[in-house]
Amino acid sequence: MGLELYLDLLSQPCRAVYIFAKKNGIPFQLRTVELLKGQHLSDAFVQVNPLKKVPALKDGDFILTESVAILLYLTHKYKVPEHWYPQDLQTRARVDEYLAWQHTTLRRNCLRALWHKVMLPNFLGEQVSPKTLEDTVAELDVTLQLLEDKFLQNKDFIVGPHISLADLVAITELMHPMGAGCQVFQSRPKLAAWRQRIEAAVGKDLFQEAHEVILKVKNTPPADPTIKQKLMPGVLAMIQ
Amino acid sequence: MSGATRSLPVLLLQNTVSVFLAVIAVRANPAMGLELYLDLLSQPCRAVFIFAKKNGIPFQLRTVHILKGQNCSKEFLQINSLQKVPVLKDGDFILTESSAILIYLSCKYQVADHWYPSDLQTRSQIQEYLGWHADNIRSIFGVTLWIRVLAPLIGIQVPEEKVNRNRTYMDHALQQLESKFLGDKPFLVGQQVSLADLMLLEELIQPVAVGYDVFVGRPRLAAWRGRIEAFLDTELWQEAHGPIFNILEQMAKKTLPVPPPETQKNMLFRISKIP
Repeated sequence: MGLELYLDLLSQPCRAVYIFAKKNGIPFQLRTVELLKGQHLSDAFVQVNPLKKVPALKDGDFILTESVAILLYLTHKYKVPEHWYPQDLQTRARVDEYLAWQHTTLRRNCLRALWHKVMLPNFLGEQVSPKTLEDTVAELDVTLQLLEDKFLQNKDFIVGPHISLADLVAITELMHPMGAGCQVFQSRPKLAAWRQRIEAAVGKDLFQEAHEVILKVKNTPPADPTIKQKLMPGVLAMIQ
Repeated sequence: MSGATRSLPVLLLQNTVSVFLAVIAVRANPAMGLELYLDLLSQPCRAVFIFAKKNGIPFQLRTVHILKGQNCSKEFLQINSLQKVPVLKDGDFILTESSAILIYLSCKYQVADHWYPSDLQTRSQIQEYLGWHADNIRSIFGVTLWIRVLAPLIGIQVPEEKVNRNRTYMDHALQQLESKFLGDKPFLVGQQVSLADLMLLEELIQPVAVGYDVFVGRPRLAAWRGRIEAFLDTELWQEAHGPIFNILEQMAKKTLPVPPPETQKNMLFRISKIP
């Protein structure tokens, strides 16, 4: 069967896995799991991942979830260029440090920005108070500042002169609020320049392809009541 | 000295003196060598502490008492501007995030393979666990200490609704943990203790230490805990858990430090984030 990647490009971690696999010429079967249609809740997908989340990797009988784990698995198995996950112990530790930090900070805030600003009101018809939205945007702002000041600093990429997994995971996160209409790069020239460098490193076409879905997400028609009922509990747990 | 060739005995003497002076320099400078900035009240700090001790990794312990506000000091801000522990300092190299620290130590000190196995699939499963842990374990089990000790310490009672919600989240996480990760295996990933087990155990100790025993009614989980405790020696176990196991008694005797204003401000913020 070969490598299968269960993805929905709506999801930030899925985009990172997709770009990484494509950029490195890793052959895989794309298995699209449409989250907004509730396909992650289907019996078929539960067989792949009982936690009902994407991304998921299936390599023969080996199933792996969690995007960081998947990226590292692909890195080692397909012997990609070293800069993605450097050999040097300390540089590698910096990648690990960023990948650990981002879960409950940038990842969480980018997700909440999208759902509070666009998906809850437009797709699920759930009102979000202006105060909640304001708080979410403010928290995102704080996290973006940390990304700039603590991680990127004056370097070309997060861990030095070359792109690594850290940058790929970070940029795909930032495109989430972008899809929601939050212009995160506008008043942040450092991040804007870093984004340009990443796009150049992975290839503009691939970058655009991976982000087509999220950049059109505002046009998603409202969910019908059945779908809404199915999705609500998972959504609320996810954006907690 | 002129360019004239020196005699062999003189060269030997000069080399010996240089080496002697270098040794003195290393010993006299306590900043050399590995330093771990830890507060053993913190779950990830305990994981790092236990790991380093169990593997005989030489380090200087730099205790940072969060409740006394030591993480807000000017000195500590030089170490970590995010004011968090654990932090590793290896010469000029400073590293935060417990999982990154554990992996760094594993590789640098070439510890036994079972901690972070070189087998690709097993290693990936550890990373898979750590990813899930970040979202589902971290910041959920630690809330119990906030509810029972830290919020009351600054005069705050966390509402019943939030206490119940936290319990529900813990139950749900433990259910997923047992069905997806532990199952009937002796450890989270494979047949031996790994970084994943240590990270998880220390999180679960937090509620236990404040009187909410998450192992009750969960025999598989309790057996798993027992296996890890058996693997770590008693002295190390007691040393690592001294402060956290003592915390309720300290609270009762009112011997906990009164946190300084900036710490209280941070605590209030953290408490407001409890869902």
